[in-house]
Amino acid sequence: MSNKDQWLLPEGIEEVLPPEAWRLERARREILDLFSGWGFELIMPPFIEYLESLLTGTGNDLDLQTFKLTDQLTGRLMGVRADMTPQAARIDAHPLKRDVPSRLCYTGTVLRTRPDGFAGTRSPLQVGAELFGHAGIESDVEILNLVLESLSAMGITKVHMDLGHVGIFRALAAEAGLDDQQETALFDALQRKASSEITELLVASRATGEQARRLACLAELNGGYEILESARESLAGAGNEVMAALDNLCAIADAMRRSRADTVLFYDLAELRGYNFHTGMVFAVFVPGRGQEIARGGRYNDIGKVFGGARPATGFSMDLKTLVDLDTREYDLSDDAIFSPADSDPALIDTVRALRAAGERVLFELPGQNGDAAAMGCDRVIVHEDGAWVVKPV
Amino acid sequence: MLMNNLLTIALSKGRIFKETLPLLAQAGIEPVDDPDTSRKLILDTNQAEVKLVIIRATDVPTYVEYGAADMGVAGKDVLMEHGGNGLYEPVDLGIAKCRLMVAGPENPHNGRRRLRIATKFVRSTRRYYADRREQVEIIKLYGSMELAPLVGLADRIVDLVDTGNTLKANGLVPLEHIADISSRLVVNKAAMKMKHEAISQLIKQLRVACSSQ
Repeated sequence: MSNKDQWLLPEGIEEVLPPEAWRLERARREILDLFSGWGFELIMPPFIEYLESLLTGTGNDLDLQTFKLTDQLTGRLMGVRADMTPQAARIDAHPLKRDVPSRLCYTGTVLRTRPDGFAGTRSPLQVGAELFGHAGIESDVEILNLVLESLSAMGITKVHMDLGHVGIFRALAAEAGLDDQQETALFDALQRKASSEITELLVASRATGEQARRLACLAELNGGYEILESARESLAGAGNEVMAALDNLCAIADAMRRSRADTVLFYDLAELRGYNFHTGMVFAVFVPGRGQEIARGGRYNDIGKVFGGARPATGFSMDLKTLVDLDTREYDLSDDAIFSPADSDPALIDTVRALRAAGERVLFELPGQNGDAAAMGCDRVIVHEDGAWVVKPV
Repeated sequence: MLMNNLLTIALSKGRIFKETLPLLAQAGIEPVDDPDTSRKLILDTNQAEVKLVIIRATDVPTYVEYGAADMGVAGKDVLMEHGGNGLYEPVDLGIAKCRLMVAGPENPHNGRRRLRIATKFVRSTRRYYADRREQVEIIKLYGSMELAPLVGLADRIVDLVDTGNTLKANGLVPLEHIADISSRLVVNKAAMKMKHEAISQLIKQLRVACSSQ
């Protein structure tokens, strides 16, 4: 690297400059206020912690996404958080240890070793909410509604919500007696809906014809509400666990259809986001014109187990920077600040204090500085008139 | 995904374009412009809401994964190199068929401990030899692979083999079969959900068209 390039930031690491930074901060406050109104308590998990607790129960993907360093005090490995959801689960299971439901929310920068998606960031500003301690569909529905409410508060309304359920694939794979390697390969092919590969994999496995047919049909089970009905037919003959998972998804779908007539709901039984981590309903939100999801989440009931308290859990997270990009609301970006002369008159100091207390932005001119009020982004000035300090337009 | 009601299909010039056209025609889509004579990169079709974008074969997965095109046609070789599961590959179109193979001189005198393999399919080559528990050195080249063993740059090559004539002309023989290659229809994940009706219908029509070929 030549000296000329030393100011360049690493790939996928970005800074937020004016006026975007205030806009981002305003969005952060709005979303947290909304969460607060729903009774979610704010937590601030640490930026780094021991790798074991950071990665517990989350599988290989998050491990590869986590930046690691050695703790000079203990010699143990620490990780910089790549996702705050497991941290929230640890906090619920350990320090809080409640026996009533907990609603927790958080926001903060996470770091990822690899960019997530197109020209992707490696330092998203994650914001999310998790509901611990209730296994019923009501908590899933609350989370889904909170996602939609958060997006609409950010001016993002034309959203498509994609719903799936990892329990269906998991139970079908167990019924068919697939080993870990086969299950991973099939999972991978299902994520791509690569039907010819799915068929090949199933032929090579020990699944019976019926079991193979049911697994293969998952790749085709995507579309509107009607596919939940066809799923019932296509999956007929599968065990209770499969049917229970399907019933669970249908119940959530019905509740969402009743409460959210304006949202386009899409169902996809082969969509298994965070398969290692999730145990039930999973979802993602898409908006027209953007090739990748903007929010995701689902149910994960097992993660607390390793921390000594398995609690049912469901939640979601999103990148606030992405949301601010998509925000369609008009912002008043006109100058609204007052330029005050450099003068030590106590009456001026009092005037400025009163203006600031009333919510105005007031900047003092610095003696000998370049630029006038307009150049400093001010639309008004304080002038001395008839023995008093008064505010005048520029 | 230039506009919301449009369906854009990414294709590469040459064999894939020629062999995809009859399939699209059976689904009722025919280009108005000819890419060989037109300089346009976005081709209109007889359907106002369907456009074809003409790009390099290796760029097709990138365009489709990130939603710059809703769908595309890409060889399995390109998809294996692209990696990940960020795309749907719902239909094996069964066109532009060939094989990904290891090739080399007929009588290799193998003194070196580690084989040197010249290829443009670095990822697939690495995975193939890793699965066979063999440590090899991979040299990335962009073309004229057959030359590498002749001039001592590599011991073997990994390349697409169709008729095998180019290999033969350069005194090489196919040695190991890595994968059968054909072109797949690829679909952007978000488009599949948000333009579901149009896309799932096209998928159905292409499946019919493929099975009748």
